[in-house]
Amino acid sequence: MSIFFTIAVVLLVFVVIFQIAKASEYVSILKGEEKAGKQANKINGFLMIVFLVLGLIGVYYCNELMKGRIPLSSSLEGDKVDQMLYLTIAITGVVFLITHILLFWFAYKYQENDDRKAYFFPHNNKLEVLWTVVPAIVLSILVVIGLRNWFIFTGDAPKESLVVEITGKQFGWIYRYPGKDNTFGKKYFRNIDPATNSLGLIWADNKEMNQTADPASFDDIVNEQAMYIVKGRPVKLVINSRDVIHDVGLPHFRMKMDAVPGIPTTLWFTPKYTTKEMQEITQNGNFEYEIACDQICGNGHYSMKGIIKVVTQQEYDVWAVTQKPYYFSAFPDKDPSAKPIAPVDSTKQTAGTTASDAVKSIARK
Amino acid sequence: MSNEEMLQAQTSTGQVVEVPHHDHHGEHHHHETFITKYVFSQDHKMIAKQFLVTGMIWAILGGLMSVLFRLQLAYPDATFPWLETLLGKWAKGGHLSAEAYYALVTTHGTVLVFFVLTAGLSGTFANFLIPLQIGARDMASPFLNMLSYWFFFTAGVVMLSSLFVETGPFSGGWTAYPPLSALGSASPGSKTGMDLWLISMALFVVSSLLGGLNYIATILNMRTKGMSMTRLPLTIWALFFTAILGVLSFPVLLSGFILLIFDRNFGTSFYLSDIYVNGVGALPNEGGSAILYQHLFWFLGHPEVYIIILPAMGIVSEVMSTNARKPIFGYMAMIGSLFAIAVLAFLVWAHHMFVSGLNPFLGSFFVLLTLLIAVPSAIKVFNWLTTLWRGNIRFTPGMLFSIGFVSMFISGGLTGIFLGNSALDIYLHDTYFIVAHFHIVMGVAGMFGMYAGIYHWFPKMFGRYLNNTLAYLHFWITFTGAYLIFWPMHYEGLAGMPRRYYDFSNWESFKMFGGVNIFISVVAMIVFAAQIMFLINFFYSVFKGKKVTSQNPWGSNTLEWTTPILPGHGNWVGEIPEVHRWAYDYGKDGKDFISQTTPVGAEESSH
Repeated sequence: MSIFFTIAVVLLVFVVIFQIAKASEYVSILKGEEKAGKQANKINGFLMIVFLVLGLIGVYYCNELMKGRIPLSSSLEGDKVDQMLYLTIAITGVVFLITHILLFWFAYKYQENDDRKAYFFPHNNKLEVLWTVVPAIVLSILVVIGLRNWFIFTGDAPKESLVVEITGKQFGWIYRYPGKDNTFGKKYFRNIDPATNSLGLIWADNKEMNQTADPASFDDIVNEQAMYIVKGRPVKLVINSRDVIHDVGLPHFRMKMDAVPGIPTTLWFTPKYTTKEMQEITQNGNFEYEIACDQICGNGHYSMKGIIKVVTQQEYDVWAVTQKPYYFSAFPDKDPSAKPIAPVDSTKQTAGTTASDAVKSIARK
Repeated sequence: MSNEEMLQAQTSTGQVVEVPHHDHHGEHHHHETFITKYVFSQDHKMIAKQFLVTGMIWAILGGLMSVLFRLQLAYPDATFPWLETLLGKWAKGGHLSAEAYYALVTTHGTVLVFFVLTAGLSGTFANFLIPLQIGARDMASPFLNMLSYWFFFTAGVVMLSSLFVETGPFSGGWTAYPPLSALGSASPGSKTGMDLWLISMALFVVSSLLGGLNYIATILNMRTKGMSMTRLPLTIWALFFTAILGVLSFPVLLSGFILLIFDRNFGTSFYLSDIYVNGVGALPNEGGSAILYQHLFWFLGHPEVYIIILPAMGIVSEVMSTNARKPIFGYMAMIGSLFAIAVLAFLVWAHHMFVSGLNPFLGSFFVLLTLLIAVPSAIKVFNWLTTLWRGNIRFTPGMLFSIGFVSMFISGGLTGIFLGNSALDIYLHDTYFIVAHFHIVMGVAGMFGMYAGIYHWFPKMFGRYLNNTLAYLHFWITFTGAYLIFWPMHYEGLAGMPRRYYDFSNWESFKMFGGVNIFISVVAMIVFAAQIMFLINFFYSVFKGKKVTSQNPWGSNTLEWTTPILPGHGNWVGEIPEVHRWAYDYGKDGKDFISQTTPVGAEESSH
């Protein structure tokens, strides 16, 4: 019912406005169209200035209201983005102010007036050269700064980077670490089995597909819960997609890169704050670094969320030792630590050594 | 002599149109039925009106779609029983489904970009203004012109029909990136809906090519005596470059679509490789590149935004000069900057692909070329400002929208400097920042150009005036509303809020914008209502508006105002007037305006 009521109200408003508008047309005929036209011109000229003033107040107010909601940059590269952003805002802000003040001021000041004759001013080469050259110079500055950052961001990641592979699928993310040997095992999309081998790692020989098992794939660690990275240590993401194009969007780190099926891409950054530190800074206990898919990938696009846990090196080491190679979850019988015959003490012992090896290998760059 | 013979004579004698004995030209000797006059018309003015009205219908549909999905963004948890009444299974329980949301977003984008701002804008004004402003009786090929409209109409019918197929219309975004758009198994919208989308777009490309070739041929060959290229009004220059852009870039888009059709239906792998679809398994395709499509798409996609904005720029230049009673400042610079924009339009497409894994070195050239576009854009803005300076401005509704256009073009153009700089684009790409940017600079500015044109040439089209009070209301509500809608979106984008999300409430990073989204949606609905008000004004005034009584109500220099108040087929009664000067002699030597048909006096100062 309420919808009909709303429609009725809207229609009524239309009718009222329309009647007033028609009436004003008749009034203007009675008053003399020229006089009415002049009056309308004055009102519109005045509104130009009103719009300018209220608009600028609005811009200020909107900024006060919203600036707190833009998240803090949480990566060293993000700081560079922010610097560039502030410079660009400053430059474009000045241009915005000047041009808008001129636009509305001229509109107001030079509104039609019987005493004024428009000034015949068809062109002026000096002026035109001025506003060709000045923007060109300012833009060159922005281009130089931008390209310098662009080549840093898209250049090779530092050698000591932690390397994590991230693969998009409808609708979630799969993270892979290279494991002990620090080498990602080979994979092939025809081996994918969503239950046991979500990335299609080449674990077995297959003559039909001309594959031989890649030993490097046996210790790869795969999970879909969260990506763990280390504060202060650059991280390089190797980005893949299993089905359609996705995009690894990292608003806090100011980074983003498409995940394209068949074409691996990369991005790297250096996280500045751990998740815990960010929870304190933002005073939000639920804070998480979220990975947002930024390329439309189907009906679940909006729910394609990933979590990045930024932790200290110590915490990372502790986490790393608890990670089991993906191969063992597919073939539990091959997992040495899962053998029930072994005595409790020695299990701990084995787990301990494997774990510390894993940590070393990962830390070894 | 009949119109057809007339046109024959005209084309055979070349651009000089001096055919004797046609004093009775304005009268119709040949029989015109309702069908030939209003439906399959070959008269450019009628075709222009057909484009305009069809564009308006699509604008309302597209706008309504945005109202529906803005409702979802504002109130993701609320239910609206009437939505189920309207949309059926797409809004079960009165709650818009994700599928429907994405279909609406996609169709909104496609329809607004192609049907409204391309066909509705340049289709209307190229058809209406080119013959009238260059002094021709009709287009070079009225028949192709008619076909152009009917291909557009058919494209619209096919697009409309896609809304009613069982699996829903296409829902993968207006850019239709494969593999999503290629695989029905990845998204229901990519099934029949996508086939219809592709057919519709292919028909649309045909329509724009037929139209574009016709516009170019007409402008180059059919100008009246004395109308040299440098005496053309800027509207014609803008429409000329627009047509060239379309003719050169639409075929590339079509080729991209054809490859997509092959991938979808005939098992090729142009765009597909290494794909495992949930629930289906690994696909046989290998060796294709999903990025190839993006190159083909944006090779049109980028010029497309200039196809939208150039006609608006032309209209604004003309309307602004007329109503400031002052020549457009820097006429040659205006043409030069249009030309520069048209050339650069072809050299910047990859700035849409900075985060696609593009070679960074290649990307750097696109940064440079993209930011270079800001130079001709700046020239245009400063020239418009100088045109207003020391003018004697009449705030007709057309003039108001022209001023609004300049404001929008500045605001949206400046944010382009952020996005064109690749290092910043990494951060802002595919967030609400880009949504705000292109809606302001292309959507709102394009619409403002269109409104300026409609308000300015309505008296010529229908021989009546629109109601001014409604027009003023329309302008101020739309202008204020557009800023209220899109300004806050920049902040959402700076927070990394991604576009094309159905619901943000589960995101710790974005849910603090819930209140802002409600505000934006409410303003969007008010602005939409104001557009309905404009339509009421439009259709009411077509039939009942105040009648135009003078031939040249705006005191304008251009040729269309030398025709009868309601020009018949052939436009001028008697000879087509000869042109002696450029279109912008306003306020010269103390005269308010000097029509292009007035011979240059001996005493006249030169500029």
